[in-house]
Amino acid sequence: MAGEKNVETKGLLGWVDARFPLTSTWKAHLSEYYAPKNFNFWYFFGSLALLVLVIQIVTGIFLVMHYKPDAERAFQSVEYIMREVPWGWLVRYMHSTGASMFFVVVYLHMLRGLFYGSYRKPRELVWIFGVAIFLCLMAEAFMGYLLPWGQMSYWGAQVIVNLFAAIPLVGPDLALLIRGDYVVSDATLNRFFSLHVIAVPLVLLGLVVAHIIALHEVGSNNPDGVEIKKYKDETGKPLDGIPFHPYYSVHDMVGVAMFLIIFSAIVFFAPEMGGYFLEFNNFIPADPLKTPPHIAPVWYFTPFYSMLRAVTSEFATVLAALSALAGIVIFLRGKFNPKAKLIVTIILLVLAVLLKVFDAKFWGVVAMGGAVVILFFLPWLDHSPVKSIRYRPNWHKWVYAVFIVNFLMLGYLGTQLPTDLFNLLSQIGTVIYLAFFLLMPIWSRIGTFKPVPDRITFKAH
Amino acid sequence: MKKLLGALFLMLSCSAGAFAAGDVAHLDKAPNRINDLAALQNGAKLFVNYCLNCHSATSMRYNRLRDIGLTDEQIRDNLILGDGKVGDLMTVNMTLQEGREWFGAAPPDLSVIARAKSINAGPTGSDYLYTYLRTFYRDATKPTGWDNIVFPNVGMPHALWELQGDRTMTQVEMAHGAEGWERITTQFDETGVSTVKREPVADYRGKGLIETTFTPANPERAAAYDSDVADLVAFMTWMAEPVKQQRMRLGVWVLLFLGIFLFVTWRLNAVYWKDIK
Repeated sequence: MAGEKNVETKGLLGWVDARFPLTSTWKAHLSEYYAPKNFNFWYFFGSLALLVLVIQIVTGIFLVMHYKPDAERAFQSVEYIMREVPWGWLVRYMHSTGASMFFVVVYLHMLRGLFYGSYRKPRELVWIFGVAIFLCLMAEAFMGYLLPWGQMSYWGAQVIVNLFAAIPLVGPDLALLIRGDYVVSDATLNRFFSLHVIAVPLVLLGLVVAHIIALHEVGSNNPDGVEIKKYKDETGKPLDGIPFHPYYSVHDMVGVAMFLIIFSAIVFFAPEMGGYFLEFNNFIPADPLKTPPHIAPVWYFTPFYSMLRAVTSEFATVLAALSALAGIVIFLRGKFNPKAKLIVTIILLVLAVLLKVFDAKFWGVVAMGGAVVILFFLPWLDHSPVKSIRYRPNWHKWVYAVFIVNFLMLGYLGTQLPTDLFNLLSQIGTVIYLAFFLLMPIWSRIGTFKPVPDRITFKAH
Repeated sequence: MKKLLGALFLMLSCSAGAFAAGDVAHLDKAPNRINDLAALQNGAKLFVNYCLNCHSATSMRYNRLRDIGLTDEQIRDNLILGDGKVGDLMTVNMTLQEGREWFGAAPPDLSVIARAKSINAGPTGSDYLYTYLRTFYRDATKPTGWDNIVFPNVGMPHALWELQGDRTMTQVEMAHGAEGWERITTQFDETGVSTVKREPVADYRGKGLIETTFTPANPERAAAYDSDVADLVAFMTWMAEPVKQQRMRLGVWVLLFLGIFLFVTWRLNAVYWKDIK
């Protein structure tokens, strides 16, 4: 009949395909999406992140059936779930373990991107969507943590929301808007519940879909950083590519099995993880009148928390000096467009002044936020002629190693009370973290790069 | 590189423990009686009789005690004081507000106290409770007439003092004063009256420390009390997470299944990837 679509499939599937791109989507994104055949261990974490997202949503749905988002009842409703709801304890532990495992998986997923230059052209948008997902994930975890309404929930929220009050001009009103009250209270709990259960998950799902669509549009990168679309066979399929389904669907199942073993070991044998996944202080109901001696965020925020605490007035002076110095050096020695050079110099000098004008607390917030936001710019900061760490000079690998160890150190320091030594280490760590990115246009270019192969390196197994 | 990372981790984890432990007095290890039903039942009895007047346990339902081997009738006849039903929660009539007014601080709900008092990479909440309940001493200068080594100036009197019996407490402190090291010996007798003795020590090469010893009037009774406290703490540990033993048992089966699943997925993957050259 005229005007009707011609499809290859028959029967019920054919009926659907004439009205909905089911088989064509299956082909484009799974059975005929060609991925490089040399994916290694680091390539498991994307699918694992998707798995954890599904775990969090499904366990979240069941938790919301019994949780009471009311300051008077929240804490006890969680214990109700743990004791009286059939299998409630399992759902709760899966959700709390899933939250921490989400960050483990996402940090490793991002690290893969750093190693293999997965953020570089033409995949900048994949990376940007990814960093947006990371930001949403941080917001989601932060708001979810208030919901049990324990001591750490309450006071952690109080500290972090107060930081927004440090923003000049809009700060106090912004903090009021976030809290819904002058202090963290029942109003805060209710709005965080709404955002955590509905708003941010919807945004997260949208961003994950965008992230995958952007990836599939240009094709995946690989550990050699070599574009497989360069060499195709007669039918247009990349020579070094294999269809995602069944090769990577089956491959990723091994990763899933491995992950579930670790996940289940934690859920069934150590859900508290020594107080790092389920903080001990959070087993005390929130008491607005009693401040805990030691307020610390959950482990996955601690690297950024270190940076926040590191910015004292003295450190702001150091940063101002560095900023002014950078401005002068760029003006005198910078080898780029003179107009851009002037703008950058002026910005750095103004920054140096403002660092001493605005409160150090504000700059702590900027450092903490900046540490995440700077990730957005990575595709434009990396000036290395090669994508993958495999073909970079050996000393580049040490730079990455220092970055990783530094990040872990910042994480550890964030769990501890600030002493003079720890403060100094946090400040050094903050400078190292920021310098890794801000100086990348320079250091990523230096050194003797190894020849990049034309086709990917792969050993049959 | 790997060794460097390993060394760093070891260093960091050691210092984490050291820091955490420095926060509070040394805690004794609570005996592990979590699988001893008789101990748990004794603990339930002590809890209901001595704790449940001021402290509530509002997440704990009386009929959950079936899990430690008690029947509904036993629970109703022996453990519910007053006219509650066996399906009721362990609530008390005193409100938090009243508790704050009468004791200075509201007696906390004890449902999950054994989890709340744990320290990261340090002693567990059970250890805390076990030590806390055994280190009360009479101090006539305090409003309640009692003080505690683990929780100085606590607003809680020694609810279990009749079980423990009379004790004297001797505290020996090596302190560095203006004129050098001195040994300060403080003794609290059975009525809570303290005497302090200061003696300068000439050749002391150690660090500042505080050593506390208790001398019970009746050592057998004190030992029986220690065992009772172990039972009570075991009960509170159980009460904090009644599902713990079941979850660990289930976990073994889950991991066994996942091990087989891993093997299956690994071999399936190998079969598919044999084609790829």
